Amino acid sequence: MIDQVASIGKWTLEKCSQVGRAGHFLYLALPLGWDLGPALHRVVKQVYNLGVLSLIIVLVAGLFVGMVLALQGYNILVGYGSEEALGQMVALSLLREFGPVVTALLFAGRAGSALTAEIGLMKTTDQLSAMEIMGVDPMRRIMAPRLWAGFIALPMLAMLFNLVGIYGGALVAVDVLGVYEGSYWANMQSAVDVQDDLLNGLVKAFVFGLVVTWIAVYHGWNSEPTSEGISRATTMTVVQGSLAVLGLDFVLTAVMLGGF
Amino acid sequence: MKLRTLEISVGAFMLAGMLALVLLAFKISGLSYKDRTNTYTLYARFENLAGLTNRAKVSMSGVTVGRVVNIVLDTEDYVAVVEMAIQNGVPLSTDTSASILTSGLLGEKYIGLSVGADDEVLLAGDEIEDTQSAIVLEELIGQFLFSRSE
Repeated sequence: MIDQVASIGKWTLEKCSQVGRAGHFLYLALPLGWDLGPALHRVVKQVYNLGVLSLIIVLVAGLFVGMVLALQGYNILVGYGSEEALGQMVALSLLREFGPVVTALLFAGRAGSALTAEIGLMKTTDQLSAMEIMGVDPMRRIMAPRLWAGFIALPMLAMLFNLVGIYGGALVAVDVLGVYEGSYWANMQSAVDVQDDLLNGLVKAFVFGLVVTWIAVYHGWNSEPTSEGISRATTMTVVQGSLAVLGLDFVLTAVMLGGF
Repeated sequence: MKLRTLEISVGAFMLAGMLALVLLAFKISGLSYKDRTNTYTLYARFENLAGLTNRAKVSMSGVTVGRVVNIVLDTEDYVAVVEMAIQNGVPLSTDTSASILTSGLLGEKYIGLSVGADDEVLLAGDEIEDTQSAIVLEELIGQFLFSRSE
């Protein structure tokens, strides 16, 4: 009995200290250092790795999500004789939810896992310790550029996802299903608000960008230095990153809609 | 990969992302600075708005000539005061009437204006006197049942 209570306490303390470690890690890893020139080069390289290389999967996913939204929405709306509202439905669901959330989920799978594996392998092969011995701070050299790059890259990807999705929706709605083109765009323009829909979606994308990259880099840094440890850390990144995105999405939506 | 091509591709990526944001703002949200400056404000008082909201259309003969900007409740008379931004190129005579209409059977509410015959025009900040509230379906049904039961 005492043992069970003790194990609950131990488990709680362990989780607590993990959250504390992750928070302290973010505090250490955010500053880029004082010489901004080389730091900027490192960030640019990571934006390439995280953003440009994720472009294809994000654009293809955006196209298909937009097309499916138009197809599904048409079949529901046509029952009420209001298929003109299709543009509005596609644009609002993409800008508010699908754009930031689906992009962040893809980003966690495509870029987050790669980050964790890269940093985990650096740790396993003692590259991080070697840097410390040489007097190079691995937080500033390795972690900070990756965190900033993820924070920058995800909103860009989400905006491109939205744009491609809306044009994909237009492709299906106007050219295949025969919704009048004028009403598709006009309904969309009268329904979408810059502040409520576009900028709130952008804020979500920035938050997800930071959180997913934070989780990925932290798990790489915190991984056990074995091949099993790296594989476990990579899995943790994708699982926790995706769950964090979905959970935070609910919280952010609730705050933005002002329901609480 | 060479540093230069890498940097060019990152630059193109960032530019594409920002361009997407601008396109979304202007083409998808219909944001334009023209509307803000080229409008004048009119007020109208309605007894019942029945679901008219901010940003609802103000139209005349089916053409959109402005938007609802603000809605407040006048706590002296307990009527709704609607602030509208009307495009500058549309002068309205002082006996213009405003009514709350519905587009389609279940569509959104909008304000329909019909112009009068007066020579004088409304200036910025004036109020449209002749207004007609929205038709509320429940009230109509209530009146119908009441008249049947007599």
